[in-house]
Amino acid sequence: MDLVQVFTDGLRAAVGVPAIAYALAVIGLNVHFGYTGLFNIGQIGFLAAGAYGAGISASLWGWPLPLAILAGVVAAVLLGLLLGLPALRLRAEYLAIVTISASEIIRITVRSTSVEGVTGGPQGIGRWASSFYDVNPIPSGRYGIGSIEFNHRELWVMLVGWVLVALAVLVTWLLVRSPWGRVLRSIRDDEDAARSLGKNVYAFKVQSLVYGGVLGALAGLLLAINANYTTPGEYQTVFTFYMYVALILGGIGKLFGPVLGSMLFWFTLQATDVLLRQLIQPGSWAATYIEQRDIGQLRLALVGLALMLLVIFRPQGILGGRAEGRSR
Amino acid sequence: MTEPTGRRPGPLAEIEGRPGVPKPDPLVVADGIVRTFGGLKAVDVDHLEIQRGVITALIGPNGAGKTTFFNLLTGFDRPQSGTWSFDGHDLTGLRAHQVARLGMVRTFQLTKVLADMTVLDNMLLAARDNPGERFFGALVPSRWRSAEEANVERAHDLLRKVGLDAKAQDAAGTLSGGQRKLLELARALMVEPSLVMLDEPMAGVNPALTQSLLAHITALRDEGRSVLFVEHDMEVVHEISDWVVVMAEGRVIAEGPPAQVTADPVVIDAYLGTAHHRDPEIPR
Repeated sequence: MDLVQVFTDGLRAAVGVPAIAYALAVIGLNVHFGYTGLFNIGQIGFLAAGAYGAGISASLWGWPLPLAILAGVVAAVLLGLLLGLPALRLRAEYLAIVTISASEIIRITVRSTSVEGVTGGPQGIGRWASSFYDVNPIPSGRYGIGSIEFNHRELWVMLVGWVLVALAVLVTWLLVRSPWGRVLRSIRDDEDAARSLGKNVYAFKVQSLVYGGVLGALAGLLLAINANYTTPGEYQTVFTFYMYVALILGGIGKLFGPVLGSMLFWFTLQATDVLLRQLIQPGSWAATYIEQRDIGQLRLALVGLALMLLVIFRPQGILGGRAEGRSR
Repeated sequence: MTEPTGRRPGPLAEIEGRPGVPKPDPLVVADGIVRTFGGLKAVDVDHLEIQRGVITALIGPNGAGKTTFFNLLTGFDRPQSGTWSFDGHDLTGLRAHQVARLGMVRTFQLTKVLADMTVLDNMLLAARDNPGERFFGALVPSRWRSAEEANVERAHDLLRKVGLDAKAQDAAGTLSGGQRKLLELARALMVEPSLVMLDEPMAGVNPALTQSLLAHITALRDEGRSVLFVEHDMEVVHEISDWVVVMAEGRVIAEGPPAQVTADPVVIDAYLGTAHHRDPEIPR
């Protein structure tokens, strides 16, 4: 067994594009759930809005990539308003229903063959982000430390991605430590108290939903640009729950919780995958119980187990400080 | 800290005590307010005026509709019918935060301090018109820092008055029941209200703090604010209120100076006829 490989492969995943995209989306989810108390369980819908907003405007209307990316962000803003304006007036549970439904409606709609001309149906939209790689300043080749290696193409996406994560953390930090963030926390604690003090709770919730949704769209854009492809299969409801796993791992309501949690989530997923594959080498004891095709499911079960242990022994998350909820 | 200064009948001295009586300078005027829950008429107030600059007590047996009436006036609940105004502004259909911004600020029967936030943050939250509460304004600290600093100063002043300044940096969740009432009162004052509406300010407060709370409430009136408070304890009502409104089964059944109201057979009947076989006053 090669534990070094388990570790380095895990580390490679922890800094890779999926982890970066999760970090962005989970920072948004943290603004929703951690700071405002909004139970959005359809964050993946915002990723889809970003990716399809950009994909459609680039491939169908031939918009240049920067403009298409902007269209993706605008799509997420519109989605946030569309969901938030009716649902945030109602009791908290309705937002959960509306967000998860909307994310499924988006996925099923873009997959439908009746709109194949626009969304590409089940095949999705390919090669609409190629010009992103035309401006790659990194010379061709492979870069890395030891076995943690990336090619110039991956590295370019990662570079842009980590800059985005840094910006998202910075902006979120400015927001949550401001009087605006204080109103969000008061809404999470007791929105009637906030109302009684003259705060327009509804408007703040809409702003929170839209801001976190835009971060979700950036995550969706990053993933789509990385694959240079946008397909409906990438926007299943379960991915929102993986994001919640990452959020809980890192620490709800903590500024760096989403980043750490996403890295940890992808590290664990990849490390257990490698570990299991090593375990079931032909002839080993494990091979009689575990087959190759089970690994994908089994590693998720192990992540689930890790989460259960975390909730039991450290319910406030890795970065959680004192009693839960004390933010900053 | 000032001692309770007693009643100040002032402008209401000559007013006859009967339900719905017009007042010389009404701050709140309510007409035909009806709120039903299923078949039950929780509130059914034909006409009520609350005088400016005095302490008005709203009393009545349990289930009289006092808190529901409070919720209706402050936009936390909607009546089936009725109109009401505050300081000349029609409040009908306004939402709770809009009512608060007009200067009519309420507290809650079960205190709603924000337990996870510090005492100081509770206070700062209540300040008006902070440019840092706008999304894009928040991103530029220089835009809101001076407003914030002024608010911090005012918050400390108010906290000092209610004796909570030493706890400014503690989580509000660590405060005792009485301290929470004081914080809620001080926090309401951060909104700079002209009418402070207190829903059972004495509930769950230990006797030692009661006197101090009463002094704070009379001080509000003495600095020119109006106070409307819901209370069960007749002694408290006697001690500080200038005018008493009695509700029973959703209706205003009597109004007048405290001495007159508590001697009113209708009121005694409403209290004794219902209160002693409904649930007793459970301290909260």
